[in-house]
Formats: sequence, structure tokens, C-alpha cells
Amino acid sequence: MGRESSDYAKWSIAIVLVLVFALIPVVWLISLSLKPPEAITDGRFIPSEISFDNYKSLFEGGISDSPFIKPLINSIGIALITTVIAITLASFAAYAIARLEFPGKRLILAGALAIAMFPPISTVGPLFDMWRALGLYDTWPGLIIPYLTFSLPLAIYVLVAFFREIPWDLEQAAQVDGATPSQAFRKVILPLAAPGVFTAAILVFIFAWNDFLFAISLTSSDASRTVPAALAFFTGESSFTQPTGSIAAAAVVVTVPIIIFVLFFQRRIVAGLTAGAVKG
Amino acid sequence: MEASAPANPNPPAAAPSGTTSRRTRSEHKLAWMLCAPAVLAMLAVTAYPIGYAIVLSVQQIDLRFPDESGFVGLDNYSAVLTSSLWWEDIFNTVFVMLTTVAIELVLGMAIALVMYKAIFGRGVVRTSVLIPYGIITVVAAFAWQFAFAPDTGFVNHLPLIADDMDWFGGRFSSFAVIIMAEVWKTTPFMALLLLAGLVTIDSGLYEAAKVDGASAWQRFTRITLPLMKPAILVALLFRTLDAFRVFDTIFVMTRGAQDTESVSILGYNQLISRLNLGLGSAVSVLIFLCVFLIAFLFVKGFGTRLDEGRPGG
Repeated sequence: MGRESSDYAKWSIAIVLVLVFALIPVVWLISLSLKPPEAITDGRFIPSEISFDNYKSLFEGGISDSPFIKPLINSIGIALITTVIAITLASFAAYAIARLEFPGKRLILAGALAIAMFPPISTVGPLFDMWRALGLYDTWPGLIIPYLTFSLPLAIYVLVAFFREIPWDLEQAAQVDGATPSQAFRKVILPLAAPGVFTAAILVFIFAWNDFLFAISLTSSDASRTVPAALAFFTGESSFTQPTGSIAAAAVVVTVPIIIFVLFFQRRIVAGLTAGAVKG
Repeated sequence: MEASAPANPNPPAAAPSGTTSRRTRSEHKLAWMLCAPAVLAMLAVTAYPIGYAIVLSVQQIDLRFPDESGFVGLDNYSAVLTSSLWWEDIFNTVFVMLTTVAIELVLGMAIALVMYKAIFGRGVVRTSVLIPYGIITVVAAFAWQFAFAPDTGFVNHLPLIADDMDWFGGRFSSFAVIIMAEVWKTTPFMALLLLAGLVTIDSGLYEAAKVDGASAWQRFTRITLPLMKPAILVALLFRTLDAFRVFDTIFVMTRGAQDTESVSILGYNQLISRLNLGLGSAVSVLIFLCVFLIAFLFVKGFGTRLDEGRPGG
């Protein structure tokens, strides 16, 4: 009995420590965003008085004047389009790698791994120059293309790991029953592959949603600037007021939905992260 | 990728040889058609730009002075390599990289053990460590910056910390906050990779060691650590390369002030702020070579063990 309850206490402490570690910055941002402007510098961890002024100022002026709405639309649009294209391309490639024998397979996997380790800063200069020449500077495609490149390796590794677990005999059974290879793929394999595809999609979305380097280097206006870049250029209502409250509120708006999403699909994300990084 | 063999349960060798080669050839063609779009998309923004960066790096190209352009050979490289700023930034980057990864390894291992061994609440722990992973790096950097800032922060009101401590006024106090934010954001990834290695260890080994009277610490150092070596090395490789690219956190917190600039910030400043494409590209190429060198050292030093570090691969 004594030993059991001391074990219980020991693990409780460990779990509480991990929870505090993970949650403090999030609780802090929420608390900061709820402070009225005059209390923002009171240094209290929990606000003494709650106000939604910071949130109101974010959305004031509608789409044309708000410093936040257009970047939010850009972030959501760019991340979603990146996810759809990356998952489509990665699914084709992963299917071939998991299912078919062909020369160059190892080369593709090694190349993908190399790109996963590639320093993005090394491509920023050339892309800046090329995008201005091609008219892609400060446009959605100008960000979607590099995001595709750097998310494809992760997507391919995750999908290959998942596709290998699929019972491929079913596909042959379908072909024996008269289905064409393409029918066998769409009707039998796709439904089985859906969980892996979904996992890869979450990881690609988070990657595109998180990027900052390309977002500040390849954009110059609200036409394509995403939230992380916009946050770095936020200004206060006058040049003497710090935009702390607005940044905190904007941070909460872009963080809370992702956290809920991550918590809801945590099992898939854990499986995907470990498969994508360790397997191969 | 040795697991590719069982992926094809019907080896073409089973069929008559004439149809085999035709089938094999069409299979190769199909495979390449399926892979081509992804391969092109990956090369478009890596191979071509790095080649272009090399071309730019041997020229004088400053977009503010377009008339002075021309081929200058290795002048840009010697300008970078002889500047004290480059070496200072290398020091900063390596310092942040080593400290971050070292702290993360210890912390990540502790969290992985909690996730693996806790007698209850594993789900809660696993869920909560994913929160930092889901948060935008820039947002996390702002959260920690506001927490430590003398005007808005709560940290200076904590006991044992001077009320007027100016964290971003000095070099190493700035580094402390930068490293803390980086550790917070990326430890979950480390912990999950280590957990993937932990679960592959045969629990019978622990039972046997317990029977033989090994203490918990002995079991950890004699069983867990040696068997996890491959997983640890893979996690270290990924995180080391990632940490070498540190940009977002430093940009938000100091923009490189107080001598906290990293090599990625230096590259950004040359390329985007000063529009000096020649010099900036030389910095880009040198960063690329550094990353290549780190990866090479890892593979060279631990190559075979990295291979073992792929549970189920």
C-alpha cells in the first residue's frame, strides 16, 4: 500500500510538471490578450480584469483596414492549397515507392531525406530573384511552391510508412474480380489509405502554417503576407504604444484552433511524426 | 528501404519471361510517372536555386547598385570568411544549437520515460506535449519575449529574480531566453522520437535485470541507453540540423541585436534587407556546406547505427 501510493504521488508530480511545461506560454498568451490596454504592463500572470478590446481592435475596419484579417485569409488559403497539392503528389509517389519495384527508388527516398535536411535560407536569395523575374514575388503561388518542396519529403515518408501496412492482397482480389488497376486503387486502396493520408495532411498543414522565413522574404504586402510574418510587422495604434495586446490576441486566434485540432487528432500526429522521421 | 521487397507479393519472376520484361518495363514507367511530379516539385526549389545561388555567389550583385555588377570569382567568399561577423554568427549558431539540443535530449528523455512508464495519465501527457508542436514558432517566441520583457512580463515578478532584470539587454541573458523558447517548442518532437525507440525495447530485459537486483538507475544506463542508441542518434541528427537553421525565435526576440545573430539571420539581412545578392548568396552556400558537413559527420560517425535506428523500417 505504502509503495503504491508513493508511486502514485511520484507519477502525479511528473505529470503535473509536464503539463505546466507545455501549458504556461499558452495560458500566459491568453491572459495577456484579455488584459485591458492600461493593464498590459501590470506583470500579473492572471489578469485582474478581463476585456476583449485587443480582439476587437484586431478585426476593426473590416478586411481593408484590419491588420489581421487579410493575413489570416492568406495563411488559411496558402496552407490549405499547399496541403491539397502536396498530399496529391506525395500519394502518387508514395504509392509507387511502397507498391512498385523500379530503378531509382532508393535515390528518390535519399533525395527526399536530403531535402528534409536542406537549409531553407540557402534558397531564399535565388527564389527572391527568380520570383521577381517571374512575377511570383508577393503572390500566393510564390509561397505555395517552396512550401510544397519542403513538405513533400515529410509527406512522402509518412505515406510510404502507412502504405506499407495496407493489405495489398485486397487490391489483387479486386483485380481478379474484374476491377481495372485504377479502379482497384480508387475503390479499395484509397479508403484503406485515408487515415495515413489524413495524418500526412495534418503535418503538411502545420508546416505551412508555421513557416516564417519564406513568409517574410518572399512577400511585401498584405496580398500574400501570412500571419507569422504579419505579426512581426504589427505596429501599435500610435508609434508610442507597443502592439503587445494585439499580438497576443492575434496569437491566441491562430493558436487555439490548431491546439484543439492537434489534441483531437493527437494519436495520428504522434504516429505520423515518428513514422516520418524515424522510418525509412 | 529494404521493406520494399515484401511489398510486392507477386514477384514478376513467377510469370513467363517474355511477359515479365514487358510487365516490368510498364511497371517502371508507371512508377516514374507517379513519382515525377513530386520529384520535380522537390528539385524546383532546391537543386535549381542552390545552383543559382552558386552562380550568384561568384558575382557582385547588389540590387541597390545594379551598374556595378560583374564576375568577381571567390571575392564574396573571402569577404565572408575574413569578416569577424561571420565567425561570431557561427559561434552564436553553434552555441545555441549545442545548448538547445543537449537540454532537449535530457528533457525529451525524461518526458519520453513519463509517457512510456507512467502508471496513469499517459494520454494526458502525450496530448499536452503536442501543444508546443502545434504552435507557430513566431507565436511561441512572442509569448516568451512578453513573459521576460521588463515592462509586460511576469518573470521579473517571480521570487529570486531581480525586478528590473533586462533580459534582452545582454548577450547571454538574451541567449538564455532564446534557448528556452527553442527548447520549449521542439522538445516534444525529440520526446516522441525517443518514445518510438523506447517502445521497441523488450520489457523482459527489465524484469530479468530486476530479478538480478539491478537498481532503476542501473537498468536505465545498462539497458535503456545502449538499446536506444540508434533512436537517440536519429533524433539528435534531425534536431541538430534543425537547430542550426535557427531563425524565427532570434528574429522575433532580438533581430540579432546584442550579438545574438545566427547565420540564417545574417543570410536574411544580406539578401533581403540589404539586397546584396552576391554576398548573401555566398553566405547561403556556406550555410548549405555547414549543414552538409554536420550531416556527413553524423552519417560517417554513426552510419551503421543510424541504420539500426529505424524501428519497423
